[in-house]
Amino acid sequence: MKLLAWIYLALGYAFIFLPVVVLVVFSFQDGRLPVPPFQGFTLKWYAQITSDGALMTALGNSALVAFLSSAVALTLGFLAAHGLARAVLPGSVLMRGMLIAPMTVSYLIIGLGLLTFFNRIGVKPSLLATGIGHVVINLPLCFAICYAAMGDHQRSAERAARDLGASEAQVLWHISAPMLAPALGAAFFLSVTFSWDEFLIAFLLTRFDVTLPVEIWSMLRSGLSPATNAVGSLVFLISASVVVLAEIFLLRRKP
Amino acid sequence: MTASVTISRVTQTYGAATALHEVSLQIEPGEFVVLLGPSGCGKTTLLNLIGGFAQPASGEILIGGRDMAGIAPAARPTTTVFQDYALFPHMTLAENVAFGLRMRGVGKAARRAKAAEMLALVGLPGREDRRPHELSGGQRQRVALARALAVSPEVLLLDEPLGALDLKLRRQMQDELKAIQRKVGTTFVHVTHDQEEAMALADRIVVMSEGRIADIGPPREVYLQPKSLFSAAFMGEINQLPVTRGQAGFGPVPGAGTRSGMLLIRPEAINTSQGLPLGEAVLTDAAFFGTHVRAHARLGALALVLHLPQGSDPRPGETMTLFASAHSFLEAS
Repeated sequence: MKLLAWIYLALGYAFIFLPVVVLVVFSFQDGRLPVPPFQGFTLKWYAQITSDGALMTALGNSALVAFLSSAVALTLGFLAAHGLARAVLPGSVLMRGMLIAPMTVSYLIIGLGLLTFFNRIGVKPSLLATGIGHVVINLPLCFAICYAAMGDHQRSAERAARDLGASEAQVLWHISAPMLAPALGAAFFLSVTFSWDEFLIAFLLTRFDVTLPVEIWSMLRSGLSPATNAVGSLVFLISASVVVLAEIFLLRRKP
Repeated sequence: MTASVTISRVTQTYGAATALHEVSLQIEPGEFVVLLGPSGCGKTTLLNLIGGFAQPASGEILIGGRDMAGIAPAARPTTTVFQDYALFPHMTLAENVAFGLRMRGVGKAARRAKAAEMLALVGLPGREDRRPHELSGGQRQRVALARALAVSPEVLLLDEPLGALDLKLRRQMQDELKAIQRKVGTTFVHVTHDQEEAMALADRIVVMSEGRIADIGPPREVYLQPKSLFSAAFMGEINQLPVTRGQAGFGPVPGAGTRSGMLLIRPEAINTSQGLPLGEAVLTDAAFFGTHVRAHARLGALALVLHLPQGSDPRPGETMTLFASAHSFLEAS
């Protein structure tokens, strides 16, 4: 029975990770096509992509959009969550619902809506437009995580801080945010990985400066190559690193 | 730093419920006042109004003669020690204690020195760099006290600060709290539902019931000459003997004249030798309680509770002649 359990576990993980493993393995393919049989080990595809200016620019753009849009989404989400968790407002249930609602709308619809709207008000497709789009999709996530993490424990600490002379801004900065650090960290890193991988909105809202997923998509149009595998592996490596960083960050902050 | 607190005709309502009915109370500078009562009596509501966490529906609150209407907690000369400590878990003890000073723009070195001084005052010297989660409940409460005192408030508000501690620790903290209050001289307003704690700490006890002040005075007076049946019963066990036009079951009641009401006698005031004669009573049961022997006796139609000396060995069924060494008469209102 124990053996069966282990086999089940192995199969489960194989199912999840086999595509990634295949992707990574064939990024080292010494041949023109990333398909079996494996013809030998080479790093030349990595050399090729790291010397590809357009690709590296796109990677930089992606990182910029991911970090800045996540920072904005987290700030707005945190402030909204704090306000709605602490103050009794008319229609706060409706407000919470409206903040979460974009989660249920497909990225395609959000992208199309933003494209139409930006067109009307004269905002050109750009990294800024994409960043705004990523704030739209990540704000509900950041809000939900922050809102769920706020408890009575923080409430009484905030009350004590106010009693000791802290202004509302000081309460947020010195008490609420540090006490919620694990949740804020989790929301930020999740948001970064979502933005990093996001294709549809970035595709619709960029033109000359593109993000990495859009650049990879244009590479794929010219056919399969181990180079695309190499880019994929790189993207995976960075995503995984962000997750590992998040884990370390969160575990370290736990008292 | 110390100030008086004047509460005049304060009413507070929560929706349809009235939490305080026209409460008036004068607290002198440097006084240790304990608000005592069961849960829901309005004692915490009153404390929150003094601290500025709520605004009264009507009435005035003055601290040091200054009207506090519309003034936020941060701007009041008060600080609060909360029941749940409300320490900042992400800060060291020194940072916790110095938080109020930091908000007032005090420099780092001065803050650190003050934090060390305050931690020493509450019996935690040299613990500046510890964090709250490393401390026991009693130690956390000391830090909360140090933090509230560090900004030299004129009035310190304590919201059931010892409620979460076990009995032994609570008694110990009471002694220390009283000593600290004498040392700093700040006006303390302390909320509790424990009458022993109230008597251990207070210069004056304010007994509250259903949003009104039921009694007010020094512990001895509130215990021995209660001004209401509620406060008489809340301060401890008491025997109530009905008095009709100056006459109780055993005869005339001294000091009652021809009035009707209740004669109040504490169980430990009843003895078998001296004082006001109550008459013959039949002992129904007795049990050894360590400091005394607690017994029940039937006096006519009344059941009395009495505390007899530790050395006595009363037998159920025994007839005793009872006297009251202390008693008070409360006129029916």
